[in-house]
Amino acid sequence: MPTHAPAILVLEDGRSFTGEAFGAPGETFGEAVFNTGMTGYQETLTDPSYHRQVVVMTAPHVGNTGINDEDPESRRIWVAGYVVRDPARVPSSWRSRRTLDDELREQGVVGISGVDTRALTRHLRERGAMRVGISTTETDPAALLERVRASSEMTGLELADEVTTPEAYVVPAQPGPWGEKRFTVAALDLGIKTMTPHRMAERGIEVHVLPATATLDDVLAVRPDGLFYSNGPGDPAATTHQVEVLQGALAQEVPYFGICFGNQLFGRALGFGTYKLTYGHRGINQPVMDRTTGKVEVTAHNHGFAVDAPLEGSTTTPYGEASVSHVCLNDDVVEGLELRDAAGALKSFSVQYHPEAAAGPHDAAYLFDRFVDLMSDRTAGQTDRKGA
Amino acid sequence: MPKRTDISSVLVIGSGPIIIGQAAEFDYSGTQACRVLREEGLRVVLVNSNPATIMTDPEFADATYVEPITPEFVEKVIAKERPDALLATLGGQTALNTAMALDRDGVLDKYGVELIGANIEAIDRGENRQVFKKIVEDLGGESARSAICHSMEDCLAAVEELGYPVVVRPSFTMGGTGSGMAYDETDLHRIAGAGLDASPTTEVLLEESILGWKEYELEVMRDTADNVVIICSIENLDPMGVHTGDSITVAPAMTLTDREYQEMRDLAIGIIRAVGVDTGGCNIQYAVNPADGRLVVIEMNPRVSRSSALASKATGFPIAKIAAKVAIGYTLDEIPNDITTRPDGHSTPASFEPTLDYVVVKVPRFAFEKFPGADPTLTTHMKSVGEAMAIGRNFTEALQKALRSLESPNAVFDWHQEWVDLDKDAILASIRTPHDGRLREVMDAIRAGATPEEIFDATGIDPWFLDQLALINEIAAEVTAAAELTPDLLRRAKRHGFSDVQIGKIRGMSPDVVRGVRHALGIRPVYKTVDTCAAEFAAATPYHYSSYDEETEVAPREKPAVIILGSGPNRIGQGIEFDYSCVHASLALGQGEGGAGYETVMVNCNPETVSTDYDTSDRLYFEPLTLEDVLEVVHAEQAAGPVAGVICQLGGQTPLGLAQGLARAGVPVVGTSPDAIDLAEERGAFGRVLAEAGLTAPKHGTATSYPEAQRIANEIGYPVLVRPSYVLGGRGMEIVYGDEALETYLEKYVAAGLISREAPVLVDRFLDDAVEIDVDALFDGEELFLGGVMEHIEEAGIHSGDSSCALPPITLGAREIARIREATEAIARGVGVLGLLNIQFALGSDILYVLEANPRASRTVPFVSKATATPLAKAAARIMLGESIAELRALGLLPATGDGGTLPADQPIAVKEAVMPFNRFRTPDGAQVDTVLGPEMKSTGEVMGFDRDFGTAFAKSQAAAFGPLPTEGRIFVSMANRDKRSMIFPVKVLADLGFEILATAGTAEVLRRNGVAATVVRKHFEGPGAGGEKTTVQLILDGEVQMVVNTPYGAGEGQARLDGYEIRTAAVRANVPCITTVQGLGAAVQGIEAARRGDIEVRSLQEWASR
Repeated sequence: MPTHAPAILVLEDGRSFTGEAFGAPGETFGEAVFNTGMTGYQETLTDPSYHRQVVVMTAPHVGNTGINDEDPESRRIWVAGYVVRDPARVPSSWRSRRTLDDELREQGVVGISGVDTRALTRHLRERGAMRVGISTTETDPAALLERVRASSEMTGLELADEVTTPEAYVVPAQPGPWGEKRFTVAALDLGIKTMTPHRMAERGIEVHVLPATATLDDVLAVRPDGLFYSNGPGDPAATTHQVEVLQGALAQEVPYFGICFGNQLFGRALGFGTYKLTYGHRGINQPVMDRTTGKVEVTAHNHGFAVDAPLEGSTTTPYGEASVSHVCLNDDVVEGLELRDAAGALKSFSVQYHPEAAAGPHDAAYLFDRFVDLMSDRTAGQTDRKGA
Repeated sequence: MPKRTDISSVLVIGSGPIIIGQAAEFDYSGTQACRVLREEGLRVVLVNSNPATIMTDPEFADATYVEPITPEFVEKVIAKERPDALLATLGGQTALNTAMALDRDGVLDKYGVELIGANIEAIDRGENRQVFKKIVEDLGGESARSAICHSMEDCLAAVEELGYPVVVRPSFTMGGTGSGMAYDETDLHRIAGAGLDASPTTEVLLEESILGWKEYELEVMRDTADNVVIICSIENLDPMGVHTGDSITVAPAMTLTDREYQEMRDLAIGIIRAVGVDTGGCNIQYAVNPADGRLVVIEMNPRVSRSSALASKATGFPIAKIAAKVAIGYTLDEIPNDITTRPDGHSTPASFEPTLDYVVVKVPRFAFEKFPGADPTLTTHMKSVGEAMAIGRNFTEALQKALRSLESPNAVFDWHQEWVDLDKDAILASIRTPHDGRLREVMDAIRAGATPEEIFDATGIDPWFLDQLALINEIAAEVTAAAELTPDLLRRAKRHGFSDVQIGKIRGMSPDVVRGVRHALGIRPVYKTVDTCAAEFAAATPYHYSSYDEETEVAPREKPAVIILGSGPNRIGQGIEFDYSCVHASLALGQGEGGAGYETVMVNCNPETVSTDYDTSDRLYFEPLTLEDVLEVVHAEQAAGPVAGVICQLGGQTPLGLAQGLARAGVPVVGTSPDAIDLAEERGAFGRVLAEAGLTAPKHGTATSYPEAQRIANEIGYPVLVRPSYVLGGRGMEIVYGDEALETYLEKYVAAGLISREAPVLVDRFLDDAVEIDVDALFDGEELFLGGVMEHIEEAGIHSGDSSCALPPITLGAREIARIREATEAIARGVGVLGLLNIQFALGSDILYVLEANPRASRTVPFVSKATATPLAKAAARIMLGESIAELRALGLLPATGDGGTLPADQPIAVKEAVMPFNRFRTPDGAQVDTVLGPEMKSTGEVMGFDRDFGTAFAKSQAAAFGPLPTEGRIFVSMANRDKRSMIFPVKVLADLGFEILATAGTAEVLRRNGVAATVVRKHFEGPGAGGEKTTVQLILDGEVQMVVNTPYGAGEGQARLDGYEIRTAAVRANVPCITTVQGLGAAVQGIEAARRGDIEVRSLQEWASR
């Protein structure tokens, strides 16, 4: 019988599972969340939004395509722990460089395999996301439970500083019919994924990725045509600095596009509240309706918090008329916001989900075009005004 | 966008008889569509010639036409019903081709019928390979390099460019008919030649070989608002080169990164848009080069397909139902996903993409043993007759469950044999060619020490899958080596799908002991739920599968449940007819209108069926039908609430075979007791039942050796009918005319292990010239209800499943029927039947012989039910649960008075005709297999012709099964000597009708002496004449003969016998009606007369019922 070291998983409400050690040995804590994607584990692992979360994969076979050099979404694995049912022993993909197990070990990520991930998922669905501990060193669930209960909760945590880039950097625009580049965007890295600036760059946008601590002056210093806030971990209600920066930019009529955390902060900047979902949306199959077109798109989600805004009608804010542009058809959660001027022209917008995908479908990639159009309109408008 | 208001009636075209490549899945999809359209308040008109379908139950449509699916007949239906729209994307290629023909002929325009689902242009773009290729290129995708050819010269020129091997694919054929791989010019001539013939547009595509690449499929759905979702990804374990219907397939795809998967998804969406499939489902196939990831689009089907049925069952997303809804205008976000509907009515919408937290494996079931000489190599031309699907929480569990679902002893992995026997090189050589059973040989290769690289080189099977197989082998080795079966080891083996039987074999224990140990240790499966969403939302639909995991999801219940065991994978001899009966039981016993109010629980593993639709029964367990798996389901349901009984009698031999084991384990089996079932199967005991009732069986005996058999045969007198015991569908059954043939027969089957001490050969007197009669009846312990008496058109000796028959019987009088009734009742009483009973009689020289009795639902139950408008299977289910025939008469489920033996004088005649798969099989050197019928069943499906008189009904049955009978032209006649006397009258009628009669010299002479002019044509072995006169075979192949009549010659007739084979196979290739019995000829003459009168009408079942 192969020797698999035992491991245990204990939830803060006391439910425990036994399994086998997977990845690095040790002990880890975080918020237990489940992800329903059937592909893209490498992207998921390296998505900074999963910082401090223990991710339960509902797909039973994980690691089948190994780890390659092209698909990471950031410089490291961020998940605090990893729960799978049947990890691959032998990966198979012409792009694979090493196994998932090796990668987890190398990056010190503690995991557990062989647990009833469906039972665990159903538990989280019914009871909500909660703290969890995985240990390959502890054998007594009660002892681990104590340490789980002593670990920090997600609510109230501000985590952008822990995941953001230490230094600003530029992702150059790709040349196209527009010439070398057509726009400059300041992108606040609150946990940005590699694919996001790439999607902008391929549309002729030069992306200045700034640390989460960037001030309004830092933003304006790159003379941006637009401002972008990325996805990221943590509780949006605990964030104040970036909300203020955004409000400052909106006051100066800088077109804004936000994704995920960037949607929640946009909501807060517009005066809406945010709240924690029971168990969040984490998957790549979520139907969202773009209410401006009536079309449904299948989208990638990764959010535990959501914006509390009225689904119908618009709300007057100091920056314009705000309304809900996108809704998740599964549960009517706000999935997008937009800000229009008195004449009804779009000024800024954001979505709660991931148009950059990676992992996930590309249905929502049009939002990057919408950002380009927005900046084009605004630039044209300014030119007009200047001309007048 | 809400439902369209400009459509009030829809014509739905079904797929007709079950054939290879087009099976029960289209009953499943058509039934769903009809149900949806009626719920939406539309008038549904249905055409389908297959009576063994749920969709043709009169309650599923407003007007149900059991009529041939040919443009002529469908036009008659359109002219009569004047539907607003035609939905043709749910009835397979048959429906699609018929719709295309109706459009081409201007019929749709003439009657103002709108094609919904897919339009003609889209179908064209999807199926026209050149256009499709351009679409893929425009989207930035790649296709395999290829050339379209319209002649053999084109083909030869194209191969200069592409090089060998090339794939040959004829356009517009279903299930890949006529496709194949050509390795050289000889192959090319043969395959492309046949392909050009098979294609209605005389078009084939030659393509660069992508043999050995990874193969994938996506199921896509689009609505009128251009919302598109991917329902399922499927990965083929067998790489490119094996038809997907013959491949082991896995859902979801196992070896794709998100990048590659999304590239496929983007292409799929682009393709469905560009092709212009307005609404509904389509299927797109891809190949991926394992070395560098080069992605190639292979093809798309602009309609619901076999893969759609699989994807529906695999994900819980009801593709056909949703396709019907979007076809009438709904958008995906307006359609609720029933599976996630909460008690408050809220549900997630159908505009999401299902995500799976389990693995689904489908395995094909073959029937090569039925077609001696057929080449079992798997190619791009589909050959499997059915499939089983299994669900597990991992691949190993799902695979092993799927393999045991096949009910084929050679399918499951078996470590019982000695390891030393394994010759690695021989195995590696064998697995190089795909064939039935290859997977087991791959396991043998692993056992023999072949490396993953060696096996990958030989098979192209992805290394991840190979490692999973290696994992299974490692566990087998652990089980073998362990000092004792520890709980951990047992649990580990179960988690990877090992059955008690497999573990028992390895450990030298009986499966009952393994089960006992397992239960004592508390190691039992849990039941998870297929919920479309990986548990993200609560599921309202109890669609379960077993797994060795921690938490079970079976909900407690209060009402008593009835567990219905289905029939497993379709095979020859056990097909959709049995599923039909199971579904009817569920309807009759369930909580719907007219139901008995039980909670119905279905257990089955066939994804192609209506029974495995999640809303057919209250609960569905998608599980193998083995004793172990069924006992666990019963246990789980008994823990959930009271279980009134388990029904084993409706799903054919599969559940019947489990009855005794279930009863022994204390499970309440309802209906005919397992002991009574055994009594009917055991010759001696059954003989006593007959003797007590004063009934006669043909003289018979049993033997285990040739001398014994010879003694019996000589006592009885030749010809004798010989067959092994315990076989299904007449496997191994033959008519033997002399000692020499008998000896050969015994040698063959003793060597094959089918005849032994435990399973002796049965030797029966063969009743030459007797009329064979099939009876389906109900018995409740007191009263007999004669469901129907069917008279076979062919003489005794042809398997009842292959024989055409008429109901009511066309030549039997009241006296005969009274004798049959008496005999049936005596047997029912003597055996102790409770429910359905099928008896085969033969009537010869005024003696009624009992050939066999089966105390279960038979293949003919749906045919009888439909012909007599009496739901026999429903009534049987109710009788099994304790109601009497008198009570069912009072309830209106059975007629108040009379039965199928007392049909009124104006009862229309129903003719059942069987459909054969001969054109699917070739010998290894490329010749067609013989098409002669015999005691071993070979048909895959059936049709029903229904009309006022026999001739018209027969003509309809022929049109539905093979294409219309000719009304003019040339008929070739060649009869065996014993038949020459009986042919004179019918052939004379044909000559009088103006047909030119062609005949071989001997037959022509007999005809001439009887005043029928016949043109003598050259025999095949004579070759063409000096003046270029063609042989029979050439004339047939060149389309110069409109019908062939050829009865097989006996063994003594030498060359003529071989000629007969060539003639019949030519007829099959040329698609010319081919009649092989003298009785069939008589029926055909009547049919031709009816067709020539030109007044054949169409009439719905509802009209017939209200006549």
